[in-house]
Amino acid sequence: MPRFDTPSTPTSGPLSDTAPPMGPAVHLRVDRLTYGGHDLFRDLDIDFPGGTWTCILGPSGVGKSTLLRLASGLDTGGEVGSATSATLTGGVPLAGHFAHMAQSDALLPWLSVLENCLIGHRLRGKVPGEAKDRALALLEDVGLITRAKDRPGALSGGMRQRVALVRTLVENRPVVLMDEPFSALDPPTRLRLGDLAARLLARRTVLLVTHDPLEALRLGHRVLVLGGRPARPGEAMAPEGPPPRAVDAPTVLAHHGPLLTRLSQALESEDEGRSGA
Amino acid sequence: MKGKIVTGLLVMAALVALWQGAYHLAGERAYILPSPWLTLTALVERWDLIARHAWVTMVEILLGLGLGALLGGIAALVIALSPAARRTLLPLLVISQAVPVFAIAPLLVLWLGYGMSSKVAMAVLIIFFPVTAAFLDGLRRADSAWIDMAQSMDASPWAVLWRIRLPAALPALASGLRVATAVAPIGAIVGEWVGSSAGLGYLMLHANARMQVSLMFAALFVLALFSVSLYALVDRGLRAAMPWQRES
Repeated sequence: MPRFDTPSTPTSGPLSDTAPPMGPAVHLRVDRLTYGGHDLFRDLDIDFPGGTWTCILGPSGVGKSTLLRLASGLDTGGEVGSATSATLTGGVPLAGHFAHMAQSDALLPWLSVLENCLIGHRLRGKVPGEAKDRALALLEDVGLITRAKDRPGALSGGMRQRVALVRTLVENRPVVLMDEPFSALDPPTRLRLGDLAARLLARRTVLLVTHDPLEALRLGHRVLVLGGRPARPGEAMAPEGPPPRAVDAPTVLAHHGPLLTRLSQALESEDEGRSGA
Repeated sequence: MKGKIVTGLLVMAALVALWQGAYHLAGERAYILPSPWLTLTALVERWDLIARHAWVTMVEILLGLGLGALLGGIAALVIALSPAARRTLLPLLVISQAVPVFAIAPLLVLWLGYGMSSKVAMAVLIIFFPVTAAFLDGLRRADSAWIDMAQSMDASPWAVLWRIRLPAALPALASGLRVATAVAPIGAIVGEWVGSSAGLGYLMLHANARMQVSLMFAALFVLALFSVSLYALVDRGLRAAMPWQRES
């Protein structure tokens, strides 16, 4: 089974020196997901190109977060079809190759910032070892090295989400699934964290669920809008240039209007789907 | 800190003044309500006797608290881990609480004798339930975001229990232990009333029967002092053990 973990070579320079290899492509297939007899997804096949960010938008309740939970193998509370799978290039199951980051930072209040960053190793019964150096370097990078010994309760929301980002990176997985990780933050903090995440997660395969069109256009190589019932993705939008893009970059501004139009269309088709069901 | 001590002393002084006032209002009959001074005199004069009995009661309370907390904690863990145990043990626990301890007390004395064990058993019976109920509640209520995070990190069920559910349940367990500490003396004293040859409960019962009300008050004072100190100590210890509770 091919492993995608990157060897963390000890370097004296900044972390970007240890650029990970290009993340693998992810293929998500959902043959069916039903809640109380109603299909949320049916015959869904989505390909996420390797080493790029794909941002997923859509009206509330369309199943954006559920899609990520399916990919993560977490309980969705619905009936999942047996042919549902999440695989990497070459048919390798996604399980074990991804890290997950959610809207809730899920930091454990009884552990220090550093211990929280190393929780993955602890949970797998491993000694953090070199991961600790990596965590410290990353904390330095996100400007939280002086808070490494503090508990999360003493940090602001933005700081906590930065710690969660470091925890995700310490996992060092080639695929990162992000479920509205920045949506609880105020706009300036959200922008800063988006830039930080784009820099630190470059070259990995990232699936980012968001409800913020601007965030999607700034961070995504591709932007998908989910809509309808059962939900399907529309044609992908691809803003030019490498992310993170400036808020007022021409390509971001040019796509903003059309993206909002698509979102409102998705909302209408959602309403029709509901009234028909 | 200094302000706290001053407030505490003021409250104490007010209570003593109230007591003294009640003594005068009740017609200064020491065989019904002894004055603070008479109580203090009894405490000093009969210190040997009181200390001997207080020691017995303290050991009973501490043993009951330790055993009850341990058993309560284990029961909560077993119930949380095994659905079969939840179906069988949980109803048993509720039934054990439905029967008043006062009603079982004579039985316990009959089975376990006049010595300490029947009193410790009584304290355990009283303590067990609040600890189990609170801890179980805590174990069930771990934040689902934490569990999701752990699952996405390939954690084993044991790792989730040990590293997440257990520490997450500690604050709830602490609430249970606080309640247990507050009610533990009840078990010991009830046990001593029903049948014993030593302990503050025994001493109070006999002092009462012999109209030595000031001795009874002195014993009561020692019991209250010990109970309050024990609670303060447990509360402090629990806070120190869970510093994150104050921050968040």
